[in-house]
Formats: sequence, C-alpha cells, structure tokens
Amino acid sequence: MDAKKIELLAAQIRLETLRVIHSLGFGHVGGSMDLADLMAVLYGEEMRYDPKNPHWADRDWLVMSKGHAGPVVYATFGLMGFYPMEEAYTLNKPHTRFPSHTDRKLTPGVDLTTGSLGQGVSTAVGAAIGNKIDGRDNRVFCIVGDGEADEGQVWEAFHLAYAKKLDNIIFFIDKNGYQLDGSTEKILDHGDLAAKVSGFGLYTQEIDGHDVRAIYQAIENAKAKKGVPSCIVLDTIKAKGATFAEPKHEHSSQPSEEKWQEALAASEKALAALQNA
Amino acid sequence: MKVNLIAKHEKDSRACRDGMALTVKALMAEDPSVCYVDCDLMGCVNTKQLMELYPDRAFEAGIAEGNAAGVAAGLAATGKKVFFHSFGTFSSRRCYDQIYMSAAYADLPVHVLGSDAGVSAAFNGGTHMPLEDAAMYMSIPQAVVFDVCDYDQLAYVTRAQASIPAVTYTRFVRKNFKTIYGKGTKFRWGKGIVLHESDNDQATIITSGIMVDEALLAYEKLKKRGINVRVVDMFTWKPLDEKLVIKCAEETGAIVTAENHNVTCGLGSAVANCLAKSRPTVQEFVGVQDRFGQVGPQDFLMDEYGLRAANIVAAVKKAIRRK
Repeated sequence: MDAKKIELLAAQIRLETLRVIHSLGFGHVGGSMDLADLMAVLYGEEMRYDPKNPHWADRDWLVMSKGHAGPVVYATFGLMGFYPMEEAYTLNKPHTRFPSHTDRKLTPGVDLTTGSLGQGVSTAVGAAIGNKIDGRDNRVFCIVGDGEADEGQVWEAFHLAYAKKLDNIIFFIDKNGYQLDGSTEKILDHGDLAAKVSGFGLYTQEIDGHDVRAIYQAIENAKAKKGVPSCIVLDTIKAKGATFAEPKHEHSSQPSEEKWQEALAASEKALAALQNA
Repeated sequence: MKVNLIAKHEKDSRACRDGMALTVKALMAEDPSVCYVDCDLMGCVNTKQLMELYPDRAFEAGIAEGNAAGVAAGLAATGKKVFFHSFGTFSSRRCYDQIYMSAAYADLPVHVLGSDAGVSAAFNGGTHMPLEDAAMYMSIPQAVVFDVCDYDQLAYVTRAQASIPAVTYTRFVRKNFKTIYGKGTKFRWGKGIVLHESDNDQATIITSGIMVDEALLAYEKLKKRGINVRVVDMFTWKPLDEKLVIKCAEETGAIVTAENHNVTCGLGSAVANCLAKSRPTVQEFVGVQDRFGQVGPQDFLMDEYGLRAANIVAAVKKAIRRK
C-alpha cells in the first residue's frame, strides 16, 4: 500500500465530506469525519468494486451501519467515480439521491439501507451468508458506531456471525467515545469494548483509527483469519479535521458560515500540505 | 377462480403447518435462491427437514428475531427469496422496525410467516397470542398480508409469497383447523372468494382464517331462519379486494366482518376504510374487542372473545336491523 497516496485520499475525503454537509449547512459532521482514513484505505486500496457497475455481483460490500455517516460515504463514492462529486452537494434537498442516512434505493454504491441503529450489522451478516451460499469470495465490510453498540441487535448479529463462522465479513467499530448526549462512558459505559467483541468470538484488533498503515495491516490480518469473523476497533477522534466540531466532539453541527469557511480553508490547507509533501 | 367448498366442519387430519413446510421444501428444491430463516421454532412448524436437506439455505438464527429479520433482509439483498418464521407475536412485534426499515423501506422482499394466529396460540397464552400482528404489517407501505384458513390455502399462499416483490406476511394456525377447500380449488391472492351467494342476500359476512368455518356455520343457521347471507373468504387482507367489498355492500346493503384478531386495524377496519371512501354501509365487527389474549383451550377462547357462529349470527341480525 502506498500510504502517502491513501493519506492524500483521506484528506480529499475529509474536504469533500465537509463540502457535502456545507451544501446544506448542517449535519452529522462528527461521525462522518472520523471515518475518512478508514474509507480511504477501503476504497483506495482494499475493496473490489466497479463505480460504473455498482451492483457487480462479485463486488465487496460496504454497510455503513451507523447510517448517519452518509456524508463520508457520499464523498468517497463521488471521488471514486460512482457519480459526479457535485451531485452529492444536494444532501437532504427534496428528491436528492443523497439522504442523511445511507439508502440502497437512492445512491449508487450503497449496498444496504441503514439509519435505525444496529440494523446494518444484521443485514451485513445476511449479505455475507448470501454471498457464501453463492460461493463468492468477496467480502462484506460493516462499519458500526461505538454508541450504536448500545443496541442489543449488534451483539445478536455478532453472535450469529461467529456461530456461522463468517470469515467473509469484517466489522469496524468507530470508537470515537462520544454519542449524541455525551461521552459513551457517561451515557452507557461499554467497559472494554474490544474485549467484549473478542468475548463474542470475533477475531478482534484495536488500532489507531487514523493511522492508514495500521488500518491496512489490521485488514490484512483479518483477511488471513479463516473460519472466524473479524472486528477492528478503531480508536478515533470524533469530527477529526472539522475545526468547529472536533474540540466539542459534536454529533451534529450547524456552525455559522464564518466557521464553515474556516473549516473548509483548514481542510484545503491540510490537503495542499500533503499534495506538496 | 374455481372453488371446491367442503365445509363439513370437520377437523383436517393433516397439520396445517405442513401446507407451509412442504411448500417451502418444494420451493427450495425448485429454486436455489429460496432460503428459510427460523428463530428456534422449526420444531413447531415441521421445518427442521429443510435444515437437514439444505443446511446452507435453511438455518437457525436463534432466539433473536430482530437480528433474524435483518439477516433475512441482507440475504434478500443478495438476490435470495427468503422466508422468515417465528410465532406471529414474535415475527411481528419483536422485529417490526427491522422488517420495516431493513426489509420494506429498503425494498428487500422478506416473506414472513407468523404461526399460531390469534386465539390458536391457546396454551401458550396471552403473551404468545398475536391479535395485532396483521395490523402492524398492514401499516407497512406495500406489504401484502394474508390470514389463511386451511391446508391447501396455506400451501397456495406460501408459494404465492415467494413470487411477490414486497414484504409479505402470512398468519396461520398450526393444527386443529377445519377443512374448507377440496381439491381443485384455484386461489388468487388479492381476490376474495365468494363461498355462498344468492339473489336475495340481506348481508355479507367478510371473514378469513379460522373464522371462515364459523361464518359458514352462521350462514347455515341464518338460512334455516330464512335469512340469506353472502359469505366471502377475504384471505388477502392487504391489498384488500375493494371491488368485491363494494359489490357486496351494493348488493346486500350490510356488512359483517369476522376476524381472529383485534377489531382495531385488522380486516374489519380495512373493510370499513374501503366502504367509508366508496360506499358508506352498515357494518358490524366480530373479532377481539380491543382486549389482550389469555391462556386456555382454543374453544374456550373463541367463546370468551365472541368468535363463534352465534356471534356472527347476532351481528348479521343487528346489521340488517340497522339498514
């Protein structure tokens, strides 16, 4: 993996995520921005897909179970050529193909509809079972929020993935430590989240969710494990790269236009620094 | 539609559930895309044989209905035709949001089977008695809802479900049912079946499921007293055969609905909605009158909740008086 190339892509995803949300003026900045590095590794390196044929049967699947991170998905898919990037600047506008939460009926590249938390973990497991039945060697990548892991359904789905020995699915838990009402510790303390997942029988790794090399290596480790599903717990900083949201760990943000311009300028600067490096 | 009406009010020696189980088995043999997901209740509907024959495609998700419904939706996303079974209480209430969002909203057909319809949950009691399951499914946009009465009808509906590109829900009893239809009966989902009609019907009984036999008994009792009524088996609750409902209202002037379900938001409500829009008509509602279920033999429960032919007879007389 060319780490510099992936870091550059991550910076592009961050900038485009901000632009997508800025087109509306408000939205789920926090939980989108912290996934840019993972999305860069997945779509820049790891995943098999064809932007011109999003329903290609042998594609790898992405299930953004924390569906409110739609903007980072739309930014990534736009950059990868699923549609012209500008089209995603219609977020949440009437009749848009880019709703706040990811929807398989609307957006090319979105494999499963999410929004009601916990449900994408089950549908991802169903897709993994379906692909196994058909003898495909593709994979399902499913991204779960740490707040989302409050939902019992997440653990029901992990349980089944383990029992069915699904080695064609990799879960990621975006452990940014915050949910809508505050820190996960204060709202509903998970204790050691990775240990819990591991206790469910999944091959579990915990890494720095902003280190593209670590993400890549963890995915490679997971791919090498046979007969067991994998989970990669990503230690992340909520809203990473969004100047107005990062210090406050905001779930959703509606900054002033001035603050937006500050954030966009900072993101453009970060991207330029990598381009010039 | 060809109807071979038996209606001898005799118990069928077969288990109704086999109308479903053997049909799914046949479908799995015919079509490699057919899957079956259960929640530790295969033993109740005789579908363990599916898991033995097709271990990849027929499997247990354990006692975790919300997850199972989501898994079924995920399977559907890979092009599978998926049946999902639990008791009607659990395949509705315990997984409603999953069926709603992961399946229906996402345009992923999942074919849900809810066994032990209404008072047939008998000895499992009120906790297991689905009297609102159909109401829940009827409120999902585009969902198709069935309440079936006998073995052959269940076999037909199960096969029909697999071909419907939407979420479908079938409520059925497992055993202790009366044979209504004989060989050669041709069903069409979405179309009600007129079981009795004459030129001087004074009312129409619109019913389904285990209430069909009670309605036929009511028909016989009323006929002896010189009152002719029309009887319709409306086994598809949604989409409702509105054309037939309106025709019956126009020709008989009074409607009695009879359902093994809460009268709130079930068959009676659907018929009333239709008539209110198109042809306001006197209607009486036989069914569970906004009460919870309870434990006991099915016969006791049918008496307790007023689901008997005598209740239908009284409702018909009242409806005629109100004309």
